[in-house]
Amino acid sequence: MSVLTIAITGMNARADNPGPGVAVARCLVECGRDDIRLVGLGYDALEPGLYLGDLFDATYLLPWPSAGKDAYLAHLREIHAIEHVDAIIPCLDAEIPACIASGPELRAMGIRTFLPDQAGFAMRSKDRLPEAAEAAGVATPETRRISGPGFFHACIAEGWSYPLVVKGAFYDAAIVHTPQQGIAAFERLAAQWGHPVLAQKLVTGEEFNLCAVGDGEGGMLGAVMMKKRAVTDKGKGWAGVCIADEALHDAAARLIRTLKWRGPCEVEAIRDRAGTHHLIEINPRFPAWVYFTHGVGRNLPAALLDLMWGRAPSFAPARVGSMFIRYAHDVIVPMAGFEAVVTNGSHTFAGATP
Amino acid sequence: MPDDNPATRRTLLQPETLRRLATSDTGFVFDPVTGDSFSANGPALAILRLAQTDHDPRAIATALAREFDVTETTAERDILEFAGVLRRVIA
Repeated sequence: MSVLTIAITGMNARADNPGPGVAVARCLVECGRDDIRLVGLGYDALEPGLYLGDLFDATYLLPWPSAGKDAYLAHLREIHAIEHVDAIIPCLDAEIPACIASGPELRAMGIRTFLPDQAGFAMRSKDRLPEAAEAAGVATPETRRISGPGFFHACIAEGWSYPLVVKGAFYDAAIVHTPQQGIAAFERLAAQWGHPVLAQKLVTGEEFNLCAVGDGEGGMLGAVMMKKRAVTDKGKGWAGVCIADEALHDAAARLIRTLKWRGPCEVEAIRDRAGTHHLIEINPRFPAWVYFTHGVGRNLPAALLDLMWGRAPSFAPARVGSMFIRYAHDVIVPMAGFEAVVTNGSHTFAGATP
Repeated sequence: MPDDNPATRRTLLQPETLRRLATSDTGFVFDPVTGDSFSANGPALAILRLAQTDHDPRAIATALAREFDVTETTAERDILEFAGVLRRVIA
């Protein structure tokens, strides 16, 4: 039996804002296939996924996405020479552009991906989301690119009001109640994530999320919908319940059809008191709560592998009403493990078979 | 199909909203669209289950009075009170 090696990024797992990589790995470990092995790819020696030998055969450090495509590919080639990677699942927004741009090189190396093209990826970016939403007939709050802090004083005259939301290019957002808070958030987000920084009118209501895989031809596969029941200080889900909301499902399906989205995605929406869903974001990857898709009977990372190998995934009905609750878990790392990551940038676990 | 009975609209939620609610014998009620859940006591659960199949408040009151051995006036009052609670917890 030939064994496939699947590389997964997003090994960060801070409790208040975890990356999706560890959850994707759990899905694949528990999907029932015995012909896959996993390799974790992280960016920092303190990313917990790098030390999870029950999920990964080996883990490696990559250069930060800001180092560019060439550095990314050079490291990946080194890892590929050792691990013979068959597919890669990028799990962080910031690295996906480099992964898409590296498509020809990855294909030449025999590494599969399932991602949109550059144009498709750009269409769902935060600053172009209103265009995509309008084309799909989905409501979305007015969003503006901010080029400087002056916006936060001038916006009142332009019909905006406080509170409003200030968002980073890739991650992070802050609800601000005054121009002073807005300027502070703008400067922090610009310094952390670069430009553009965005301002978005605040919609009040309850947040709902949908995770699915787009087939690249307009189809939405395996949708799982979730309402957060508890959140961290950063608004990330700490508990959630599986729901079945036809209106949310239809809105997401229209978006994916409009974008011809290819790959995993998460649709974030706010449902107002009148029952209208307002699109807040489309994340171009699996969310950190993706293990819940396996939990409700729709293992989306396993479905992604099927699509990568040209097979049509099948889905059972999602078990509506099921709930997830997160908890913190301490992992004990022998000194040799941390030493291996810090000094070699890699960690191979006992019994691994590259 | 929308229920056109004004009395029903005055006292209960829309039938399609009521029908989608999942109930258990323990009184746990779950709305699969909003993800909200709450606990209902015995009479409230009985009202809810009756209302899921019969949209006439008067018929529900009659059935409730029979099941809990109270007057129809008391049953109607309980139905109105519970309907107010439902409207608050089910969007």
